[in-house]
Amino acid sequence: MTIKIEKRPTVGLSKVATSDTHGEDSPYFAGWKAYDENPFDEVHNPSGVIQMGLAENQVSFDLLEEYLEKYRDVARCGSGISSFRENALFQDYHGLLSFRKAMASFMEQVRGGRATFDPDRVVITAGATAANELLTFILADPGDALLVPTPYYPGFDRDLRWRTDVKIVPVHCNNSNNFQVTPQALEEAYKEAESKNIKVKGVLITNPSNPFGATVQRLVLEEIVEFVTRKNIHLVSDEIYSGSAFCCSEFVSIAEILESRNYMDSERVHIVYSLSKDLGLPGFRVGTIYSYNDNVVTTARRMSSFTLISSQTQQLLASMLSDETFTQNYIKTNRERLRRRYEMIIDGLRSAGIECLKGNAGLFCWMNLSPLLEKPTKDCELAVWNTILHEVKLNISPGSSCHCSEPGWFRVCFANMSENTLEIALKRIHDFMETRTIIQKH
Amino acid sequence: MGFISGNNKKLLSKIATNDGHGENSAYFDGWKAYENDPFHLTQNPNGVIQMGLAENQLCFDLIQEWVVNNPKASICTSEGAQDFKDIAIFQDYHGLPEFRKAVSRFMEKVRGDRVTFDPERIVMSGGATGAIETLTFCLADPGDAFLVPTPYYPAFDRDLRWRTRVQLYPVVCESSNNFKVTKEALEDAYEKAQESNIRVKGLLINNPSNPLGTVLDRETLKDILRFINDKNIHLVCDEIYAATAFSQPSFISIAEVKEEVVGCNENLVHIIYSLSKDLGFPGFRVGIIYSYNDVVVNIARKMSSFGLVSTQTQRLIASMLSDDIFVENFIAKSSVRLSQRHGLFTKGLAQVGINTLKSNAGLFFWMDLRRLLKEPTFEDELDLWHIIINEVKLNVSPGCSFHCSEPGWFRVCFANMDDETMRVALRRIRHFVLKENKGLEVASKKQCRRNKLEISLSFRRLDDFMNSPFMNSPHSPMSSPMVQART
Repeated sequence: MTIKIEKRPTVGLSKVATSDTHGEDSPYFAGWKAYDENPFDEVHNPSGVIQMGLAENQVSFDLLEEYLEKYRDVARCGSGISSFRENALFQDYHGLLSFRKAMASFMEQVRGGRATFDPDRVVITAGATAANELLTFILADPGDALLVPTPYYPGFDRDLRWRTDVKIVPVHCNNSNNFQVTPQALEEAYKEAESKNIKVKGVLITNPSNPFGATVQRLVLEEIVEFVTRKNIHLVSDEIYSGSAFCCSEFVSIAEILESRNYMDSERVHIVYSLSKDLGLPGFRVGTIYSYNDNVVTTARRMSSFTLISSQTQQLLASMLSDETFTQNYIKTNRERLRRRYEMIIDGLRSAGIECLKGNAGLFCWMNLSPLLEKPTKDCELAVWNTILHEVKLNISPGSSCHCSEPGWFRVCFANMSENTLEIALKRIHDFMETRTIIQKH
Repeated sequence: MGFISGNNKKLLSKIATNDGHGENSAYFDGWKAYENDPFHLTQNPNGVIQMGLAENQLCFDLIQEWVVNNPKASICTSEGAQDFKDIAIFQDYHGLPEFRKAVSRFMEKVRGDRVTFDPERIVMSGGATGAIETLTFCLADPGDAFLVPTPYYPAFDRDLRWRTRVQLYPVVCESSNNFKVTKEALEDAYEKAQESNIRVKGLLINNPSNPLGTVLDRETLKDILRFINDKNIHLVCDEIYAATAFSQPSFISIAEVKEEVVGCNENLVHIIYSLSKDLGFPGFRVGIIYSYNDVVVNIARKMSSFGLVSTQTQRLIASMLSDDIFVENFIAKSSVRLSQRHGLFTKGLAQVGINTLKSNAGLFFWMDLRRLLKEPTFEDELDLWHIIINEVKLNVSPGCSFHCSEPGWFRVCFANMDDETMRVALRRIRHFVLKENKGLEVASKKQCRRNKLEISLSFRRLDDFMNSPFMNSPHSPMSSPMVQART
């Protein structure tokens, strides 16, 4: 039965429903459409569009599958008799204690034991998407703003603003200092909000950062903490890529900063985490909020009723993440493989004459194509992007979709494909750059 | 690690600091009492029996049998593991096609195949809790209102109002006509809302009804459709208890009736569903929005990013619900068991003069204790309720928590316990009522003797009746609704 086309006028829907704050009309998604219509496949469609706009981690699935192979009876993820019923009935918004313990422990391991996490502060949500929205509902009223350093993950426009009616005020970062957040930039953004009579309720950072795949330096984190303390506002640290830092010691979590200060004044800090990137399980919808603020924990927990994690999934992951032999090995191996992928793509791009921002984390690199732009404008950036999408057949993400203030940068994902596919992608870029050089010479 | 800072409440939003979460109501005293002293057949036989939780635990034996016989449905077994990766990375908010197909087919079967559902219109959400909030975000602006017939499920106050800032406006239904939703009550509510300058955007109905356990008849459904069309407002039908109708009159879905109303604008009609009640899977958070409005399907789907169903669960459900033989057998057996439970309780109560609203659906019944109130006031209702919790040791739910307009009614859940517990619960209620009867009624000695005889006879009949085929289960591990996504 197909969906009937209703000829009557659309009856009243809400403003939220009729706005485009869901963000899907942006050119960012045009790339996805091109991919959907002509998806690359090594065997069946070798000339299709290669998806490099999707920050997925597929490099370590074999480790997960190995775990399941060894522990399938112990995993008790729904096939065990006595556990199934209890599990199916469990809808407590605290979440399974075993799951929260396992999550807290995993988060500690990802930080090399340099921070401790209390399972009772772990609030479960169906993905980081829900976690970020939920925190925004709790920390800000409609019309208030969160300061977010640019460039930032495009999904924040929807997650932080759509149903909450909260604004994002950008904190502009640029390449002069490798896009690091500065106190001046924070101050400027704050003043800009003030001048428009907008109340700033917090700062939201992503660390390691999306889109550039770099960890935030300790000094910068301390400056940010100093800033939010001075302004008496919140700090949300989205650490969804924490397990994807190539070298464990290079990632500094906000939790470490707080611990080093004996948690003084920490009730303004909240961490968002998820297993979608580090473990490569986006389908399972596993997000968490970790807050140092009791009121936020209580309220977030109540709100999580709208977006709990399936108890079946909690059970599986409780098992997996409390197996320290597995997790230690996974974390280490995953980092190593991501690092190798990163080096592969950086070398490949460099030999094609393309430079990237120095990165040390994440599932993507931040590529500089500004030399290819006729003029340093957003339109020229999009023109180059179009060419890459339709001629080179690579879906990469233009910096403008991440609100980057400097045109010419692109986010390129490298962990959502096989090495073979990555080589093919690099060859295409190489050939493209060669052609352009030839054209330019003429 | 304590980070308590009292002054910091000011730093949070209005939504975070108001009571919209609904947990401060007296309703939760019963849950606290249960949590502090939970009944257990052997370990705590004098504890509080949980009868405030609308859970369906009667058919887990059937589910478990299926799960054991279908290892491929789980991605953790050796049979299913080859699909692990594909399932784990699938985060498309359309959901697995096989999941949508299986759910829409299940919804059709539950309605006796009298209607069809298009899998393309199935939108996921974080349980029915998430579904109803998402629909509200789609249909109404802050300050707008939804009409809702009383008595209604208490958590609607949170689900429809808390983060959306939408209001609920009651359509008062009365015991004089068995709480039927009448045209007059609808018109009355609408007018009153208009007079108070409240913009009504829709009507929310729950069919089968929580807490009444009744189904809406065809004429009422048609009246409702005419009403919403006339006012050009939305109709949200929460059909979460669709498969719990266990006898005549059968459950009629809004999907069946909308064709029969001339000029009905389909764009106004939306259905909420979930697997938490019919199948007994509240932990799996499987909520569904089914809308006849293309724009709403589209937008709700985008919003579902905030509450998708775990693909691991989608996969299990898709497998289970596409097993036609299993589904048909399940629906039939579930019906029979619910009917038996319901019958035992309601007849057992009738024998001691306690009436219950005539019902044939849901996981609960609506008990009439008006004659036990000293005065027909809500204070007296709450007093009586505290006695029931603290002395009779049953957590039942007082009518005022459902916004019932008349004091003295209580919702009693019967499907969330095993047979022994049920017997104990029934015995306790009957014992309590008889005690009250002695105090309240001026009865002749003869009358008393006859009553006693009837009671002892009926107890024997009760015991004979007990030959449950399914396994004994410990009391529900659940605790208070403070922690339930949906009670």
